[in-house]
Amino acid sequence: MGIQGMTFLIVGLTFLLYMGIAIWARAGSTKEFYVAGGGVHPVMNGMATAADWMSAASFISMAGLISFMGYDGSVYLLGWTGGYVLLALCLAPYLRKFGKFTVPDFIGDRYYSQTARTVAVICALFVSFTYIAGQMRGVGVVFSRFLEVDITMGVIIGIAIVFFYSVLGGMKGITYTQVAQYCVMIFAYLVPAIFISIIMTGHVFPQLGFGATMTDGSGTFLLDKLDGLSTELGFTEYTDGSKSTIDVFFITAALMVGTAGLPHVIVRFFTVPKVRDARKSAGWALLFIALVYTTAPAISAFSRVNMIETINGQDQSGTPYAEAPSWIKNWEQTGLIGWEDKNGDGKMFYSGDERNEMKVDRDIMVLANPEIADLPIWVIALVAAGGVAAALSTSAGLLLVISTSVSHDLLKRNLMPHISDKQELLYARIAAATALCIAGYLGVNPPGFVAQVVAFAFGLAASSFFPAIILGIFHKRMSSKPAVLGMISGIVFTATYIIYFKFVNPAANKPENWFFGISPEGIGTLGMIVNFLVAFVTYKIMGEAPQEIQDMVESIRYPKGAGEAHDH
Amino acid sequence: MAFQSEEQKAAYWRRNMGLLGKLLTVWFVVSYGFGILLVDVLNEIRFFGFQLGFWFAQQGAIYVFVILIFIYVKKMNDLDKEFGVDEE
Repeated sequence: MGIQGMTFLIVGLTFLLYMGIAIWARAGSTKEFYVAGGGVHPVMNGMATAADWMSAASFISMAGLISFMGYDGSVYLLGWTGGYVLLALCLAPYLRKFGKFTVPDFIGDRYYSQTARTVAVICALFVSFTYIAGQMRGVGVVFSRFLEVDITMGVIIGIAIVFFYSVLGGMKGITYTQVAQYCVMIFAYLVPAIFISIIMTGHVFPQLGFGATMTDGSGTFLLDKLDGLSTELGFTEYTDGSKSTIDVFFITAALMVGTAGLPHVIVRFFTVPKVRDARKSAGWALLFIALVYTTAPAISAFSRVNMIETINGQDQSGTPYAEAPSWIKNWEQTGLIGWEDKNGDGKMFYSGDERNEMKVDRDIMVLANPEIADLPIWVIALVAAGGVAAALSTSAGLLLVISTSVSHDLLKRNLMPHISDKQELLYARIAAATALCIAGYLGVNPPGFVAQVVAFAFGLAASSFFPAIILGIFHKRMSSKPAVLGMISGIVFTATYIIYFKFVNPAANKPENWFFGISPEGIGTLGMIVNFLVAFVTYKIMGEAPQEIQDMVESIRYPKGAGEAHDH
Repeated sequence: MAFQSEEQKAAYWRRNMGLLGKLLTVWFVVSYGFGILLVDVLNEIRFFGFQLGFWFAQQGAIYVFVILIFIYVKKMNDLDKEFGVDEE
């Protein structure tokens, strides 16, 4: 059987698995649809959270991104893991105790205001839509690359699958399919990494091989070798970055805080039975995520050394194109790698200066790994299934936030308070189906800004939700208007800065024009500070929250009687 | 409310905040401290084949994060029991 047949077989089998789970886990009530009935085991929920969290981009692109960025890539590693500490310690247990279905539910009730609820719904929808469009695109790209169908067809297949299990099963279907998807993903990510680690350093664990000596007999450490190669070829030293310290600090903080403020991540902690489970579940989620996030930088370093040596040859004089290994030629057809013989010597050469003759796409680092390491074809097929799983699981989680925001926050809690549970469930399904079609449309015809905006969703979440929720829990006297003003000023400040540098005047997007040297990627951190400051200052003027709200805040601080998620 | 008295309630919250303070200090030090602000200083130190600052930024801090959450889970469960507010 060829690669193509094997890929169809393995991806097809995983689809059957997801469908089977969907039929088994149909949702019968809004509570099952929104929070899986509040009965998910914390370890399962941890796995589902990890699958939800790891998108097609982090599965396919992250290792490659770090491979090109070296030390600077740490912002993603720290930013996308450290947020879970904040989530576990400062948000998850209290929001679980509060026991409603959504983030706007909390903001609306805690700040006793429909305005607050509406602002929160708009933020949640905006963040989720930009995100899901990127995911749908990811599904399309994965399908087209591995199964050689065109992107539109890929998106349609993806929609059909997600439709099946999320519209039918809601959170319940999504949670259990995500558990299966996590298993597919982690297996697909680790197998090639372990093989490459063994080949290059003799260590089974990539995390250890990362800091070990090379097996080529030279006795040099992998990272020293990489630093040496980088300097020689005109790149910045691998273990040293080119971003300023303040920018690295602010970007890391924006990603961390943004992670803790993303609605599709927070909502996962409403699905476990108890406060104790919410705490534990965050720990498991981070453990499952850390498996991938500590392996990724090792893959980055291995594949960078591997790539440079393959292209430039052991003696750094260039490998004749005629002798290039087959993976270079295979991936050349997809446009992910390209060679232009500038000096006409028939040899390939890769460098960071004018000698460079190669065009290398960052995605190749993960996608071509199994071929670089000469692994059997079922591993290549598995990587395809992993990429698809990553894209589908994240889309489904986001879709649920969108449908919940519409049916629950907008209709039930705002416009049509008298609808029955059955009607609300129907609206939730209609909303999910509609959102999926919009997302699919955006996936097929991506507006140019999608890719850029996804990264900024973190900054927006950091500057809006995070401070409002933190103040809502830890500052019981904080009142409605200051919190709303804080959210609005935080998100407006952040969005303005980003829109100015990314869309209005992209030519000015340089360190010397930035506020204190903070790039648009990191500005969310400053937006968060603005949010806190505005809230505190106006609180001093406008006075404290009513007694019953303060009592409510008191009650979410203690686990006893957390009960199940409330029915309304 | 399951607390014996208002003082008990305040004491529980104070202990909770104390624990949060300690854990978040470690969280800050390993990531922003060792991995970012002090990275150049720590990179002078070798840790196997790594420069120590680089290792914290790409490996060490993440391990510490995971451990921190599990310490928090353990300590909070103990605290809940001590004050009789644990869920059965």
